[in-house]
Amino acid sequence: MAQFRIPGPLRRLSDGQTTVDVEAGDLATAIDALDARYPGFKDRLLDEKGELRQFVNVYLNDEDVRLGAGLGAKVQAKDEISIVPAVAGGR
Amino acid sequence: MRCRECGTEYELQATHVCEMCFGPLDVVYDQAALKKVVSRDRIEAGPKSMWRYRDLLPIEDSVPVVTLGEGMTPLVKADRLGAELGLRNLYLKNDSMNPTNSFKDRVVSVAISWARAHGFETIACASTGNLANAVAAYAVRAGLECFVFIPDDLEAGKVASISVFDPNVVAVRGNYDEVNRLCSQLVESTPWAFCNINIRPFYAEGSKTLTFETAEQLGWKLPDEIIIPIGSGCQFVRHRQAARELVEYGLVREDRVPRFTGAQALGCAPVYNAFQSETPERVLPVKPDTIARSIAIGNPSDGMYVNRIALETGGVVEAVSEEEIVDGIRLLARTEGIFTETAGGVTIGVLAKLARAGRWNGDEVVVAYVTGHGLKTADVLATANGHSRRVEIEPTLKSFREKVNI
Repeated sequence: MAQFRIPGPLRRLSDGQTTVDVEAGDLATAIDALDARYPGFKDRLLDEKGELRQFVNVYLNDEDVRLGAGLGAKVQAKDEISIVPAVAGGR
Repeated sequence: MRCRECGTEYELQATHVCEMCFGPLDVVYDQAALKKVVSRDRIEAGPKSMWRYRDLLPIEDSVPVVTLGEGMTPLVKADRLGAELGLRNLYLKNDSMNPTNSFKDRVVSVAISWARAHGFETIACASTGNLANAVAAYAVRAGLECFVFIPDDLEAGKVASISVFDPNVVAVRGNYDEVNRLCSQLVESTPWAFCNINIRPFYAEGSKTLTFETAEQLGWKLPDEIIIPIGSGCQFVRHRQAARELVEYGLVREDRVPRFTGAQALGCAPVYNAFQSETPERVLPVKPDTIARSIAIGNPSDGMYVNRIALETGGVVEAVSEEEIVDGIRLLARTEGIFTETAGGVTIGVLAKLARAGRWNGDEVVVAYVTGHGLKTADVLATANGHSRRVEIEPTLKSFREKVNI
């Protein structure tokens, strides 16, 4: 099982859970699995074209998935997937 | 506060993302009420600091501000630099003259004033140096605990000017984007006010004062174009808002905002890359590699808005090489007697590049924002090509006459 870390603003969707375990082969199917268990996540994370929304950063074991394979990134058991709101920063 | 994307409204609070769409939250004001109050006279009668614009900042009148005298930095007409670049009305807003020698004092003064008034006991930030410097100093001023998170390989000069204020320094083995992500996760499990994260909407508002002052110092006029360095893009967005407010409240006569032009280092140019592409609002992250550390943000939160605003106002986003950054620092020092850090070298480098490419006919009023002091990054000059006008002599008249041709 891989584990999602859910940020504060999205915990209303996950019944307050800070982590959610899913079974998946890549990030896209992991998000599908998360959405199947707690409906609404997919809509928050992906845009109408099925790509990651502008304000959502997803880190697979601390690596920004946009710098790698994106939604196609391979997910293995015990991987940690962190969802982090993008709005931050400023030197 | 209102979400910039979906418009959902929130009470004023220490939160920075919209629960609905993750979009950024902006502070909104009662414009009708402000319109009756705000005037040039009222501003000019205020303190000689950025707090003369208090009516346009998100700090209630009853709240004591945390100040070291930030703002009202010099706006200098740059005739010598202008002559080299063919610009007859070039101005420099020298924000390295702030209390901790960077633009960051403006945003931190607002952020800490808000945080202290709302019960926070600890101030924190993720920083490449300038922000941590300001946060550490203003935390002392405010009497608050302070945690600053910096990359562990930060320039020695910046580390010294942070550490002297004795904050808790957390040196993170990673780059700024990694420090920032760590803090974005920490914000949920600590009762701290992170200046550039959970209290970001208030922090960001402080940026506006730079443009307010520029207009006031030009005799209540907006310039034709402003050149601004781009890190996260946060201040760029607020400067357009500031220009809109100046127009809205009748403080300037113009009915249009200036062109807003952004400056990046090629070694970290995600916003510039997107600007050059078919999809300027799709900013893809990069791994930063540049001497312009203070703007080396590979995943800039406001990048898409920078490109939108540049395009809407007729500005551009341009980028310069490492060599051009150092040339920019030297050019500014040689022509105007102002020593700026690498981010300022980026701004001046882009100004020079655009001028030499014929962007302006020469009569436009152009303002470049010089946002940090050169001593912060003096090491880049030591390693770059040496100073050709230096000679070493014996302490005798003979030696002087032999070596120095006067």
